[in-house]
Amino acid sequence: MIYLDANATEPLRPEARAAVLAALDLVGNPSSVHGAGRAARRVLEDSRESVAARFGAAPADVVFTAGGTEANAAAIHGLGRGRRVIAGATEHDAVLRAADTPVLLPVDHDGIADLPALERMLADGPPALVCLMAANNETGAVQPVAEAAALCRAHGALLHVDAVQAAGRIPFDLRAAGADSAALSAHKLGGPKGAGAILLRPGLHLPALVSGGGQERGRRGGTESLPAIAGFAAAAHAAGDASALAELRDAAEAACVAAGAIVVGGAAPRLPNTTCLALPGVRADTQVIALDLAGIAVSAGAACSSGKVARSRVIDAMGLPDLAGCAIRVSLPWNATASDIVAFTEAYARMAARLRSPALAEG
Amino acid sequence: MPPRPNRPVYLDNQATTPLDPRVWQAMVPFFTEHFGNPHSAEHAMGRFAEEAVETARGHVAALIGAEPREIILTSGATEANNLAIKGAARFAAARGSARRRVVTVATEHKCVLESVADLAAEGFEPVVLPVRTDGLLDLDTVAAALDDRTLLISVMAVNNEIGVTQDLAAIGRMARAKGVLFHSDAAQGAGKIPLDVAETGVDLLSISGHKLYGPKGIGALYVRRRPRARIAPLFSGGGQERGLRSGTLAPPLVVGFGEACRIAAAEMLLDAGRIADQRDRFLDRLARDVPGIVINANRTRRIPGNLNLTFPAARAADLMQALPELCVSTGSACSSAEVEPSYVLRAIGVPDEAAARTLRVGLGRFTSPADVDYAAAALAAAHGALAAKAA
Repeated sequence: MIYLDANATEPLRPEARAAVLAALDLVGNPSSVHGAGRAARRVLEDSRESVAARFGAAPADVVFTAGGTEANAAAIHGLGRGRRVIAGATEHDAVLRAADTPVLLPVDHDGIADLPALERMLADGPPALVCLMAANNETGAVQPVAEAAALCRAHGALLHVDAVQAAGRIPFDLRAAGADSAALSAHKLGGPKGAGAILLRPGLHLPALVSGGGQERGRRGGTESLPAIAGFAAAAHAAGDASALAELRDAAEAACVAAGAIVVGGAAPRLPNTTCLALPGVRADTQVIALDLAGIAVSAGAACSSGKVARSRVIDAMGLPDLAGCAIRVSLPWNATASDIVAFTEAYARMAARLRSPALAEG
Repeated sequence: MPPRPNRPVYLDNQATTPLDPRVWQAMVPFFTEHFGNPHSAEHAMGRFAEEAVETARGHVAALIGAEPREIILTSGATEANNLAIKGAARFAAARGSARRRVVTVATEHKCVLESVADLAAEGFEPVVLPVRTDGLLDLDTVAAALDDRTLLISVMAVNNEIGVTQDLAAIGRMARAKGVLFHSDAAQGAGKIPLDVAETGVDLLSISGHKLYGPKGIGALYVRRRPRARIAPLFSGGGQERGLRSGTLAPPLVVGFGEACRIAAAEMLLDAGRIADQRDRFLDRLARDVPGIVINANRTRRIPGNLNLTFPAARAADLMQALPELCVSTGSACSSAEVEPSYVLRAIGVPDEAAARTLRVGLGRFTSPADVDYAAAALAAAHGALAAKAA
């Protein structure tokens, strides 16, 4: 199986594996005061410092969670109290569904947020919480977060950044971005599933979504998942930037375009590992199944609840309804190789030739 | 003082339990080779992870006599307790229910008490019931709290500090008769005592992985289907876990949790017998060498792995400091850094001065006779030395 679905989950990095296995041997509860507890606490706090340093926050402003969804939800529930929520139209469901009735900020055909529209929205109305993802999970589009942060500051709004897909792939730094909070997920940067974090601007208070026990300075109750968190920190440290993958991605893209594909959002600044390829007239699920049978794992969008392959809400929001039902996402993992790309492009070309043959297209 | 052991002696199994080596074996391949996202149904790696998750869910369900689809996987019992209590209250309110009273017990875990307290800000009426000095609920007190204004009652299966087991079946019958939802925090009970959702009549039940020799970071909420217990999610997103708990599941943790539940179902009674033997051995020696030691709370309705002991003449903090090789605690791990006396001990009428002389000793599946011999001898020697210094 050639795995090109990194935006669903990245393979575990060896550094993370070592850290997870070492932490699995620790018996203690990080909140216990005896020796075993203190040893666990030490790993927890080292992990916190490591994540904080990597992404531009102070250790005290890192709140560990069970993952990116909880991190987004807790930040938006907590910081959005008493504020209206404005969210990018292509945000992940974890963000869009965290607020009752978010106002959507439109994006252009390449998936980039309309900043003049944001400015108008901010100028007009009560204090807001703006949610803008650092990079999109389906197209890889990189949003102008720092510019949005400046607008938010000027209008007394808070900015929450879903950095789940960006962290570890392109530089992301909370302080440099000027954002108020950010959500991270361990397994999207080569760590284990089951850990994530909220980063907060210094001094920003966050009421708990999961309460009790007093862990994480009262901002998130529950015994911390130490092995997952240790693996998270090790992966965050190991994940530099993924720019080397751009060359492989571009090669794949060129070959697929030659086979008839259209690159969705290709003109935007993008994550180096992601491409969204539409094959006009061929349903996305048909493509994904054909590639699965050829031993290649890709997806038709976000890997979430239903397992069903539906139209892409993201591509619809980009104003490309004709492509929304026939695009697949190809996302290269940190350990992708040139031969993976060759195998993929060959399979893609065979698939495109077969599925786009006039007889089938008309049937 | 007995000779120092070559490794710390871990007697804090209510704070967290060591990972069972069999659980470790089951989990590790999912950290390393099988890394698929279980929600990626579109390709083989995702489906493999999904199958493993569903097998594990079956083991969790079997431990409590539930159906797999009644199990909502969470990041742990704290999240499960939050989800059960806030979720049930919010769902009922959104449906226009007039019931506003949310009942719990003074000795519950902090996360249950805080979840109930949080609901006050949303227009609900928290009620916290007292317990008797033996730590058990008076069933008449429960009955008085259940009427047509009561939405939910939350009673833990086993207390984390004093180890007593509440009569869930009796409370379940009373709740059902009054149309009140019944939630139980079974973090300390699941895998330790038989807990069957039909027999206890619970509508909602929380379980923790790391309290039954599984990994930290995973737990579950049982949500009854017939008659259906309805709850609102704490947070939304990708819609996983029937929309009640969004977020990518962590297959290594889920698989480890499932294996821990499978082992617990098979070995619970064997564990309980062996642990009771170790406890008796420990207590015999300690009581002989420390006359006047007091066992708090009910002596019979309790799990074998817990002892809450008030020493006659030395402070718990001093005992712990004198014995760095012995891992015991002064109360729940969450609040163990606090200087405040345990609210659980206060609730059963232990004076603060005696609470300061009280240790929790938690035995588990991997506690050996040598462990308890060391612990008893070391505690007796340290107590003697501290008492002599004070005198």
